[in-house]
Amino acid sequence: MLEYILAKYNFWIYVILMMIGLYAMMGKRNLVKKLIGMNIFQTSIILFFVSIGVKAGDATVPILKGDGHGHGEHLIQVADYLNPLPHVLMLTAIVVSIATTGVALATLILIYKRYNTLEEDEIMAIRKDASSYKTQR
Amino acid sequence: MSDQLPAFIIIAPLLGAFLTPVIGWRYRHLCRPWALMILAVPLYAAGGALLQVIESGPFGYNLGGWAPPWGIEYRIDHLSGLMLVLIAAIGLLAAISAKPGITMDIRGKEANFYTLLLLQITGLLGIVITGDLFNIFVFLEISSLSGYGLIAHGEDGAPMATFNYIIIGTIGASFYLLGVGYLYMATGSLNIADLATILPNLYHSKVILVGFAFFTTGVAIKMGLFPLHTWMPDAYTTAPNPVSALIAPLMTKVAAYLMIRIMFTLFQPDFAISVVPVATILGWMSVVAIIVGGIKALAQTDIKRMVTYIMIAEVGYIVMGISVMNRPGLTGAILHIVNDACMIFCLFLIIGAISYKGHGREIYHFQNLNKKMPWTMAAFVITALSMCGIPPACGFFSKWYLILGTIAAKQWVFAITLLASSLINAILFFRIIEKAYLAPLDSGAHSHDHDHEEEIIARDEAPASLLIPILITTAIIIILGPFSGKIIDLVIQHAVPATF
Repeated sequence: MLEYILAKYNFWIYVILMMIGLYAMMGKRNLVKKLIGMNIFQTSIILFFVSIGVKAGDATVPILKGDGHGHGEHLIQVADYLNPLPHVLMLTAIVVSIATTGVALATLILIYKRYNTLEEDEIMAIRKDASSYKTQR
Repeated sequence: MSDQLPAFIIIAPLLGAFLTPVIGWRYRHLCRPWALMILAVPLYAAGGALLQVIESGPFGYNLGGWAPPWGIEYRIDHLSGLMLVLIAAIGLLAAISAKPGITMDIRGKEANFYTLLLLQITGLLGIVITGDLFNIFVFLEISSLSGYGLIAHGEDGAPMATFNYIIIGTIGASFYLLGVGYLYMATGSLNIADLATILPNLYHSKVILVGFAFFTTGVAIKMGLFPLHTWMPDAYTTAPNPVSALIAPLMTKVAAYLMIRIMFTLFQPDFAISVVPVATILGWMSVVAIIVGGIKALAQTDIKRMVTYIMIAEVGYIVMGISVMNRPGLTGAILHIVNDACMIFCLFLIIGAISYKGHGREIYHFQNLNKKMPWTMAAFVITALSMCGIPPACGFFSKWYLILGTIAAKQWVFAITLLASSLINAILFFRIIEKAYLAPLDSGAHSHDHDHEEEIIARDEAPASLLIPILITTAIIIILGPFSGKIIDLVIQHAVPATF
C-alpha cells in the first residue's frame, strides 16, 4: 500500500492540496480564507501539470547541446529531455491565477468598504437587516 | 486580406480594449464611438467567415503560420460560424444600448465599462473560434475575469455576488483545465481535431474518463446547469443593467456551445452513450433544472431575478436537446442557443429601459406601463410570447425541434417537462402583461374614457439609444421564426454529426 502511494506521490500531493483548497472554499466563512483556498486549489493544478512533464530515467531540461553551428554532439533523443510544454502552459495558468487573485482582492476591498467586515455571516446579517428595513418602510 | 479575416475577429477587440483606457484618459465621450467602431470589425469578419463556411465548408487559420497539431489553429465550421455572428451582433447591440444604463448606474466609468466589454467579447469570440483546448481555457478566463469586473460595478449586493461568482467560476475553469491536463497526459496533443482522431482508441482508459468528467462538470458550472447554478441569480440580478444584458445571454450560451463541442467534436457522440451514461445523467439533470428554474421564477416578484431563474430553465432546455442524442434534439438545442440568446438579451434590455425611466422592477410597478412606454411594452409582449412558444416568434421553432427530439428518443417525461415549462412561462409572463395592460387605473374614475386616460398618464418612452436596439432585437426575434428552416438548412444541419 505504502509503495503504491509512494510510486505516484506527486499525484497524491496534488489531490491532497486540491482537497484542502476545495474545503477552504466551501467550508470557511471568512472571505480571505476562501480566497487563500482558491489559491491553494490553483497551485495544486499547476503542480499536477508540471509533474506530468517528467520522464523516467536521466531526462533533463531541454537545452540542446551543440557547438553553436547546428552540429550537435549527438542525435537528439526525445527520451533525454523533459516535456517542456506543460511547464509553458502553466506559465499562462499562473498569470491567469494572479489576475483572478487580483480581481478577487479588489472585490474584497469593495466588500470591506461597504460592510466593514469580511466574515460572511456578519455580512449576511447586515444585508438581512437592510432588506427588512426596506420592506418595513 | 480576406484570408486573414479570422485573425481580425480576435485581434480587433483585443487591441481595441487596450487602447480604450488611453482614449478615455482625456476624452471620456469618445469611448463609446470607439468601442462601436471596434465592435463592427468582428461582426463584419464573422459574417464573412460564416458566408465562406456556407459556400465552401469549414476552414482553418494557422495563427502565426504554425501548422495545426503544434501551433494554435483557429477553426471555423458551421457551428462556430453561427456562434461568432451571434456573439458579435449581440455585443454590438449591447454596446449601442449601454449609454443610458451607464449614465444611470456607473456614471463616469465609461472607459472601464467599454474596456471590460471589449475584453468580454474577445474572450467569448475566442472560445468559439479556437481549435485548441488550452487556448479555450485562456479565453474562458479572459471572458470570466472581465465579467467579474463588470458585475462588481452593480447595486448593493454586487460585490458579494461577484466574490461568490469568482470562487465558483474559478472552480469551473480549473476543472476544465484539469480535463485538458488529463487528456494531454494520455494523448500528448491539445488540438481538438488531432485529439478527435487519437481519442477513440483510448475510450476505455480511466484517464480519459476522469478528463471527460472534469470537462463536463467545469462547463456545467460555467453554464449554470441546475445544481451548479447558485452563483447565477445573484450575479446577474445585482449587475448593472447594461452588464446583465451583455453577459447573461452570452456567457451561458457559449458554455453550452463548449459542451456541444466537447461531446460531439472532441469525443464521438457514442462516447457519452455507451462508454459512460453521461447523456442520461445530463437529461435528468436538465429535467430538474427546467422544473426548479420555473418554480423559482414563479416565486419571484423582482422581474430581473425572475428572468435569471428563467435562464436556468432555458439552460435546461439546451442540455436536454443535447442529452437526447439525436438529430432533431441537437438541431433544437443549437437553434435554441441562438433564439434564447436573442430573447434573454431583449428581456434584459427592456428591464434596463424600465429601470432607466425610474420605474421599479417589482411586478406591481408594471401597472399601466403600456401607456407610458408603449413601444417597450409591445416589444416585451412579443418577447414574452416567444418565450412561451407562440408560433410566429422564434421560441416556438426551437421548442418544436426539442420536443421532436425527446419523442424520437422516446423520453416521454422530457417531452412533458418541456410542455409544462411552456405553461409555466405563460403564467410568468401573462401575470406581468395583465398588470401592464389590463389592470385598472389608480385614479380610477374616468378609466373607461379613452381620451381622458391619455391625459392622465403622460407618455414617457425610453431614449432612442435604448429603444432602437430593443426594437431591432424584437424584429430579429420575429424574423428568426419563419427563417429558422433556412438557418437549419444552411448551417445547423451541417453542425449536427453525420452519424445521427
